[in-house]
Amino acid sequence: MRIALFATCIVDAMYPETAKSTVKILERLGHEVIFPKAQACCGQMHMNSGYMPEALPVVENHINAFDTEDYDVAVAPSGSCVASVKHQHPYLAERLGKPELKDRAVAVGKRTYELSQLLVDVLGITNAAEQLGSYFPQTITYHPSCHGMRSLKLGDRQLDLLKTVGGITVNELPEADQCCGFGGTFAIKNSDVSSAMLEDKMKNICSTGASACAGGDASCLMHIGGGLSRTGAKPKTLHLADILASTMEETVSL
Amino acid sequence: MTQVFLGMPAGGQGNLFETEPFPKAAHRELGNTQMRKNLRHATHTIRDKRLNVVGELPDWEELRDAGSAIKNLTMANLEERLEEFEKNFTARGGVVHWARDAAEANKIVTELVKATGSNEVVKVKSMATQEIGLNEHLETEGIEAFETDLAELIVQLGNDKPSHILVPAIHKNRTEVRDIFLKEMPVVDPNLTDEPAKLAEAARKHLRKKFLAAKVAISGANFALADTGTLGVVESEGNGRMCLTLPETLITVMGIEKVLPHWEDIEVFMQLLPRSSTGERMNPYTSLWTGVSEDDGPQNVHIVLLDNGRTRALADRFGRTALNCIRCSACMNVCPVYERTGGHAYGSTYPGPIGAILSPLLTGIEVEENGSLPYASSLCGACYDACPVKINIPEILVHLRGDDVDANRDKHKIPTQMDLLMKGGSWALGKGKNIGLLEKALPLGRLVSGKDKKIKKLPGIAAGWTASRDIPAPPSKSFRDWWSDEKESK
Repeated sequence: MRIALFATCIVDAMYPETAKSTVKILERLGHEVIFPKAQACCGQMHMNSGYMPEALPVVENHINAFDTEDYDVAVAPSGSCVASVKHQHPYLAERLGKPELKDRAVAVGKRTYELSQLLVDVLGITNAAEQLGSYFPQTITYHPSCHGMRSLKLGDRQLDLLKTVGGITVNELPEADQCCGFGGTFAIKNSDVSSAMLEDKMKNICSTGASACAGGDASCLMHIGGGLSRTGAKPKTLHLADILASTMEETVSL
Repeated sequence: MTQVFLGMPAGGQGNLFETEPFPKAAHRELGNTQMRKNLRHATHTIRDKRLNVVGELPDWEELRDAGSAIKNLTMANLEERLEEFEKNFTARGGVVHWARDAAEANKIVTELVKATGSNEVVKVKSMATQEIGLNEHLETEGIEAFETDLAELIVQLGNDKPSHILVPAIHKNRTEVRDIFLKEMPVVDPNLTDEPAKLAEAARKHLRKKFLAAKVAISGANFALADTGTLGVVESEGNGRMCLTLPETLITVMGIEKVLPHWEDIEVFMQLLPRSSTGERMNPYTSLWTGVSEDDGPQNVHIVLLDNGRTRALADRFGRTALNCIRCSACMNVCPVYERTGGHAYGSTYPGPIGAILSPLLTGIEVEENGSLPYASSLCGACYDACPVKINIPEILVHLRGDDVDANRDKHKIPTQMDLLMKGGSWALGKGKNIGLLEKALPLGRLVSGKDKKIKKLPGIAAGWTASRDIPAPPSKSFRDWWSDEKESK
């Protein structure tokens, strides 16, 4: 399959390893990965902050970059950005009175998958160690990010993949379904409430005794990791893609 | 009925506004550790109860779909349903009054009470009358209103404000309740303990006299059935049943969105509502009344149909489903923001996720006082999952943020930091080559980070982030550049 990578802006600029890991996993399975260079961002930050006309060039750019016949499916290592592509892009087009853009947005959304969705639903991965060679000899816990869990209804796809990684121990995170408090500019506009939510998330992560908290969204992980770093707590944060890409030969270190 | 709309329908008035910007109110409420403890305990208990009873129903999702569909259909033909209800309610001896806004509704109710010669009324818990500030208005007219729901009684005696639409005293624990009773009840056992049964007994003794003496009762309604002209109240304590049956005059104030087309529709909503609100299969008391029954129950039966911004909300094509709300409160019970700030932080009668959309939809977002409510959410979506009529609250929150930003565009002469960030971001993220250009500067970010490769303090609005979180030093090369170097050059 020819798979277009939507790296997402945060991974492109801040966590390039996660995009490289995504490429590695897919190439290991024998697929061809392309990176449409016109891509930039899903525009979620603008839309969630209420800046709709400002979001339009960003959304149009994404649709132009991915509305091509050049690939079979698109994938992003983010539940949140994929949810935005699938649900928010059509909304924005409708709000701003652009029916043609809406149709194209829906078409792009249909072909766009979150990483675990693609791996499990399309590529039939049920055992990461056996099928991807994933190996990560650490004790981790897992935070299911809200948009993946609720907007995309990912269920246990990410967790099930993690559990089948070689050498791994996965400790259950108490109150896992509770938001970490990130919410984009919510963390700035309502910083106090956001911090209170983060505090509880960190307490729960630390209670698991894990050396890392895994997740499927770099933005939430940056939020949680930023808090853990500030408090000097031991656990790190790590993206699902980086754990799946880790192998016996090239083991990712924390 | 012909109607000519001149511009937007009028916005709602009354207790629908923020009292201060949400972040400021939240900051203060977060410091109230006793309240946070009470709230955490209460919301988590009710969450578990709800999940248990919802899990029992194999067709829960279909019920939600049915609830949502009935509501959408009703809203699409609201005029017809209301007129049908008016016809049937009137035919059975009831009197229908129409109120454009809070002031008109208050005036109608006051006149009806005064016509009875009474200067006291007993009340069944009602959101609509809180929304319009009826008790406060009646007081200025020399009429005393007695709340008879236990939690509303606690709030009223304590000169407090409700903080939750279903359990209005959720922010108080039982010791605090006992102290209020001891201080405020005219006749009370001075040795009253904080045992729930003793507290309930004290309330019962206090209220019983009111029920037996009252000539007038005021209620809200959970639904009105258009095809029969029936009204319904769903409650737990039996105080509602007392109010609805004992007095001579019964006045109901109900938002126009509460009408349902058919008697049979109760089937769906009586499964959805108790499970979603108190986490029970069935609530203890459901009272239905259709006009006047000769020699039985109230002989003067009135309903005030309240608009107060509902027509306005209905005109918003993305926001109108907020009117489908059945006031179950499931959204606030699962909301991580509400759990930490409590209901008072929202200012309006309607707190939590539904309040954050309903209040500005009723008043209009351009009313400055409600501008911060749609931002009072991390958009985690727990509310949407819990909503029995599937209101997509996160999507409406985002939609209203858009309206808020648009409404404020012309107000600032100097752009805010957020305006600048978003305008800059629109350029930077609007083209692959623009973000690529900026990413060339990533190594600069490594200069502002310390030896530990962390950025710990940022200026301006970003200081909210670094107040409790570090940012890692950026990588020396973006993925985009890595791809060009490693993948394309080979």
